[in-house]
Amino acid sequence: MDWKKVAVPLAAIALLLALWEGLVWAMGWPDYKMASPSDLWPAYLRYQPLFWLYGWQTLWRTVVGLALAVVFGTALGMVMGLSRVMNDALYPLLVGFNAIPKATVVPVVALMFVGHHDFNTILIALMISFFPIAVSVAIGLGTLEPEYRDILRSLGASRVMVFWKIALPKTLPEFFGALKVAVTLAFIGTNLVEIITPHGRGLGHLFQSAQTNSDFPLMFAVLLALAAMGIVLYYAIVALERVFAGWAIRGAA
Amino acid sequence: MGNLIEIRGVSHAYRTKSGPLPVLKNLNIDIPEGSFCAVVGPSGCGKSTLTRLIAGLMIPDAGEVWLHGERVTSPRKTVGMAFQNPVLLEWRTILDNVLLPLEIVAPTMPRSQKEARARELLAMVGLDGFETRRPSELSGGMRQRASLCRALVHRPDVLILDEPFGALDAFTREDLWQTMHQLRAREPFTALLITHDLRESVYLGDQVVVLSGRPATTQSVMTIDLPGPRPLDMLYQPEQVARLAQLRHEIQIAQGREVA
Ligand SMILES: Nc1ncnc2c1ncn2[C@@H]1O[C@H](COP(=O)(O)OP(=O)(O)O)[C@@H](O)[C@H]1O
Ligand SMILES: [Mg+2]
Repeated sequence: MDWKKVAVPLAAIALLLALWEGLVWAMGWPDYKMASPSDLWPAYLRYQPLFWLYGWQTLWRTVVGLALAVVFGTALGMVMGLSRVMNDALYPLLVGFNAIPKATVVPVVALMFVGHHDFNTILIALMISFFPIAVSVAIGLGTLEPEYRDILRSLGASRVMVFWKIALPKTLPEFFGALKVAVTLAFIGTNLVEIITPHGRGLGHLFQSAQTNSDFPLMFAVLLALAAMGIVLYYAIVALERVFAGWAIRGAA
Repeated sequence: MGNLIEIRGVSHAYRTKSGPLPVLKNLNIDIPEGSFCAVVGPSGCGKSTLTRLIAGLMIPDAGEVWLHGERVTSPRKTVGMAFQNPVLLEWRTILDNVLLPLEIVAPTMPRSQKEARARELLAMVGLDGFETRRPSELSGGMRQRASLCRALVHRPDVLILDEPFGALDAFTREDLWQTMHQLRAREPFTALLITHDLRESVYLGDQVVVLSGRPATTQSVMTIDLPGPRPLDMLYQPEQVARLAQLRHEIQIAQGREVA
């Protein structure tokens, strides 16, 4: 292990924090105008139990939303990838749906399912993140070279068999590429609901109440906590990718 | 010995946006059991279509394909295929790639028995020691050898080869020709080889069928009665050189560049 690989990014972060701290100090900004890095840790300690409680709410709803997006997106991608007609029928619908800014969907969903906060949040996370998964699975299946199919079909193998033995594993690298995008989107979806619709759950809510009180140290502390959670989620997907599609990573194995 | 494959008056057309595209027209080929049939013809004349019809992946519009005295109307487990693209599965080891057909054809066969069979074939083509490698770690020629093992692992009656050596360099290709003869001496199969290489067709074929341009019909059949394994320098004997010249002439006609 090369020590520079760790030291260089750490030094960069330290430098950035020092510049930030220095800027706030030099401009003499008070806490209600701008937070400095030295304010963040006290802000976290003050609300520590809330960070863990709300953090857990944000985390589990993101993960469940993403898991449902995987199931729904994969199913949709399979239908589109295996049937030309379904692809032609569904693709424009999908693009159109994806083009709707999800911030406008949040109030609609909130009105439709009043009071079902967990359900709303998961639904938005699902709606915002299934698109890349569906597209990658559809393209992966649709572009399978005919020879791959023929080696099994010529032995009388069923379509399902061809799918399990060849098409599915072959699309795993694309699938994980999409999943890395989807996990970030699902996370955005969860936070969007937590911030826009006031239902008192998740880190988004903590952020929202900090904003109402102009509590900049708390807002920034929440931002950092969200960033940390986003990084953990992303690398969880990377770890899964190494297990299930490690063969596609050059130099690995 | 009788014919293992009989192609009787086969015609086929693809339905395309600009109307039907006739690809094969009244094609007739007989392939005796255990023999090696090489098929040459202009690019795009319908050679790959012919392989798909024999494999039962498609049914001809007219005419019949007979295999072992049974009419082919669907895929059957007694066929092995290899293509120009070796289409190995990157997430499997070489051994597991070769085992793939057995997972379909003989799901109940004990793993040890399947493995023994695959290892025997890999050794025959000189890939012993590469069983646990991934396809990406092998050269093009080695991948094609693995692909041949996969085509043979379930002991098919018919081996269908669609330009399997087409993407290899000349020396690797000649190595694989010799491997083909060695495999023939030890494995009982009837082969249909599509090729662009006239030398390949003469070196490997017991008969060379020349197809005309699209829509393809049987233009000529050349019989090469030389029991195998053939030495590579046979290609430089006057008799074979004359055959090559003859085939060259036939191809020119098939391409419509010369009148018969
Ligand atoms: N599935 C298909 N649909 C429409 N046309 C096809 C299809 N497959 C092949 N063709 C056309 O049929 C002709 C013969 O194809 P093919 O049998 O692959 O030729 P060859 O293998 O001799 O080069 C080509 O002109 C090709 O473009
Ligand atoms: Mg072809």
